[in-house]
Amino acid sequence: MVLSPRVMHSDFTRDGSPAPGVTSDAHQRGISRRAFIRGLGTSVVGAAAIGAGNVAQGLAEANAEPVQGPGAVPVTFTLNGESRTFRLEPRLTLLEVLRNHAGLTGAKESCDRATCGACTVLWNGEPVYACSMLAIEAEGAEIVTIEGLAQESRLTALQQSLIDHDGLQCGYCSPGMLMTLAALLRKNPHPTEAEVRQACAGNLCRCGSYPRIFAAAVAAGGGSPAQKLTVLSPSAHALA
Amino acid sequence: MPWPDQTRYLGKATPRIDGPAKVTGRAKFTADVAPPGVLYGAIIRSPWPAAHVRSVSLAQVLAAPGIKAALPAQEGAFDVQFYGQELAAVAGVSRQAVLDALPLAVIDAEPRDFVVNELDAIKPDAPRVAPDRPNLGEGQTKDTGDVDAAFASAAAVVEATLSTQIEIHHPMEPHGHTVAWDGDEMTAWSSSQGVFGMRGAFASQLGLSQNNVRVICEYMGGGFGSKFSPGFEGVICARLARAAGAPVKLMLTRFEQALAMGNRPSSFQKIKLAADAGGKLTAFQLESFGTTGASTGISSAGGSGGASFPAPYIYPAPTTRVKQGTVAVNAGPSCPFRAPGHPVASFGMESMLDDLAVKLGLDPLEIRLKNDPFEIRRREYELGAVRFGWKQKYHAPGATPGPVKVGIGCAGAAWMSGGKGTQAELQVNPDGTVEVRVGTQDLGTGSRTVVQVVAAEMLGLDPNFISVRIGDTRFPPSGASGGSTTTASVAPAIHDACANAIAELKQLTKIDDPRGPNWREACRQLGSTPLQVRGKWHEGLSTGGAGGVQFAEVAVDTETGFVQIRKILVVQDCGTVVNKLTCESQINGGVIMGIGYALYEQRVMDARTGVVLNPNLETYKLPGAADTPDIEILLLDMPERGVIGVGEPCTIPTASAIANAVANAIGVRVPSLPITPDKVLAALGQIPAGAQASLSPHLESGLAALAASPGVPAGEFTDGGCHA
Repeated sequence: MVLSPRVMHSDFTRDGSPAPGVTSDAHQRGISRRAFIRGLGTSVVGAAAIGAGNVAQGLAEANAEPVQGPGAVPVTFTLNGESRTFRLEPRLTLLEVLRNHAGLTGAKESCDRATCGACTVLWNGEPVYACSMLAIEAEGAEIVTIEGLAQESRLTALQQSLIDHDGLQCGYCSPGMLMTLAALLRKNPHPTEAEVRQACAGNLCRCGSYPRIFAAAVAAGGGSPAQKLTVLSPSAHALA
Repeated sequence: MPWPDQTRYLGKATPRIDGPAKVTGRAKFTADVAPPGVLYGAIIRSPWPAAHVRSVSLAQVLAAPGIKAALPAQEGAFDVQFYGQELAAVAGVSRQAVLDALPLAVIDAEPRDFVVNELDAIKPDAPRVAPDRPNLGEGQTKDTGDVDAAFASAAAVVEATLSTQIEIHHPMEPHGHTVAWDGDEMTAWSSSQGVFGMRGAFASQLGLSQNNVRVICEYMGGGFGSKFSPGFEGVICARLARAAGAPVKLMLTRFEQALAMGNRPSSFQKIKLAADAGGKLTAFQLESFGTTGASTGISSAGGSGGASFPAPYIYPAPTTRVKQGTVAVNAGPSCPFRAPGHPVASFGMESMLDDLAVKLGLDPLEIRLKNDPFEIRRREYELGAVRFGWKQKYHAPGATPGPVKVGIGCAGAAWMSGGKGTQAELQVNPDGTVEVRVGTQDLGTGSRTVVQVVAAEMLGLDPNFISVRIGDTRFPPSGASGGSTTTASVAPAIHDACANAIAELKQLTKIDDPRGPNWREACRQLGSTPLQVRGKWHEGLSTGGAGGVQFAEVAVDTETGFVQIRKILVVQDCGTVVNKLTCESQINGGVIMGIGYALYEQRVMDARTGVVLNPNLETYKLPGAADTPDIEILLLDMPERGVIGVGEPCTIPTASAIANAVANAIGVRVPSLPITPDKVLAALGQIPAGAQASLSPHLESGLAALAASPGVPAGEFTDGGCHA
């Protein structure tokens, strides 16, 4: 199912390293959406005008390789511990498949171009932007979403810590933020605040919950975050 | 019954009631709702910044596979005034089907001349955004006293032109709706800051009676002022669903958020400020204009999202001459944005006040204490100065040796807040559990948790006994969540409903005090029928008029122009503290949003093509984890004032305090937000200042034209009710 033998680059992990588990054969078969578009190159404008079927044909000719799609193809991967097979158009992103085909709406769409992290899921244990992965890349991979984080509906220490330290406001970034932090804590069970900041550099929160997110993650790792709020009683502020 | 003196839950740290739903992915936001057979909706937007659209043909779109409905934005011919304006909308069985069909729309349009930047729009020969009006409106005036005489006799006068940028809301959850019809009745799942307001707007714009419209917003991913109205996208979503005979989900993309979903108006402010030798203000003069996008003319200050702003901000002067105008450009319209007008006003006034203090040889803190008429804020300045170490840290501007300069600054806020008419319903069950229903919504501020905290406190119950249902027009009405009014509106209504429940239970059961330990027995005596009571907001449990001050410490690298924020200290009054946890989070958020306004965020328009150049989150810079400094908060508990909202005051002074800290660090003022490295280097004279807005020849002529226009008297300027 090679789309283009030129496509090797994978820029969807947080630190720029190739996605785990896709370095060998699986990676060669995989293709990020960004790489897919780059693979189309300058022909993309013309191709769009003549329809998706011709894009596939054009690619096939250009690469002299068999091409997936544009019709649905079977894709099998492990989703929250369970093997699942879907019939998918190759152009579907992993995020779309999770949300619209698997019924898992925890991962959110917000920027849809690998900037904000609201769609973060674990791919063989590493946080990736599901909005910018093609679902067919997930063939054989182990995907964990926010719905799969709590085992048997018991919250993880991290989830509980996020609640206790109010590391969330509207909650739209929370599923992605949590998956990023869950991956951090697996690698580094006792992170410092600086390490937490580094880990969630790829997740945006417009409500500005970062200080409490840092506190929650540090506390989940056994640390003691500093108290930042002081309530001054009427006698202390001496107004009134 | 007042708020209790001794509390178990009120004013403590109560984790969010909806925390478990939000950390497990169970919380259903608008985009997560999927009624059976739901279609995917999308909008076709104008690629032209200005055009006359003769016709929109959707026949080929409708014939495409999987397309179930397609509607033009308007019937017949119409004009387009900005890049991204709506042309048509399509609904189909999948995103892919819709994306395949969108290019099949045939739009017959004649592109027209356009102008997208304020300083181009005020040129005499600029293309007109609206053909029947000049781009720069007449302006509002507010004059008091003999300002010229006051300037002539002042000990010191400072004068400068400052500017602020267009800021985009960019809530993490884009705007959007899912609409389903059942005969003549429609249900909208909307990302909404006001379900009742949206119900009214849906009904009037679709010609429906209000009792046939239901709006639901169980969870929403931030709004910041931009989600009061259903918008074009909501109304067309409903029309598509009706046309298709199936539910339609229409969520906007991040790209669309940057083009057409509102923004904070820009400003160009020419300010002249004078004081006597002791630092007491004697005269204030302002000419300003900003853009609200393609709309033009007079806009009022305050909550409207207009280009005017309260002036002079916070610190009154006995003589004033104010002229504020609006300039139209071919760009997406503005709308209310967290503390509309105030951060804009604060940046100009607080900057000039600092410059005046420097000129008079005064400590910037002293000049504030001398001119601030609001006692609470003066106390906040004093308390904050001690905690911050102001006296120890303050130095003359630019006095740090070496290339990395350290500086400090401070600024204040005023906000009306206050509460108003909310109703609530309490169902007390025979097993002792309680269900509270109120038609408010939780934007992330913690209002759902506020309901639980107040009910737990009033009834003497463990919070686990209380479930909270919000975000539905089938519940008792509550106002929109804007103006920092939600907590102050909702908490008193819950208080009242609980008081009524206690009174009724007492009467029914003859148990003298049915609260706390007697609760279960009292409820058991209800037999098999739950008790239903209502309550409503009334005076005495909440007030308005929040102050708040902030202190900033920055380090500025004079070789790169990079500004690093080392510390922000917030001193904020909020009356009765309802929940420390969510209050702290909201203040952190206000500060971080203010940091974005100070240093990073700005919509950039391309003058030649008329498009938004940074319509995504990698080029429109939101503050991230690495940009978050050490934020410390002192919260003044003032129970005698009742509940006061803090969501807006906490974002007002951040950028001003940072700007003043930068000026203190490098010894010159960067007169323009955001304070990007290029502006720092230009202010230091290390690179040419060519791009600096204040140096544009058109700016001075535009301000002069505005000053010379007769203008119209301004309505009441919003001053937060914090000074007379």
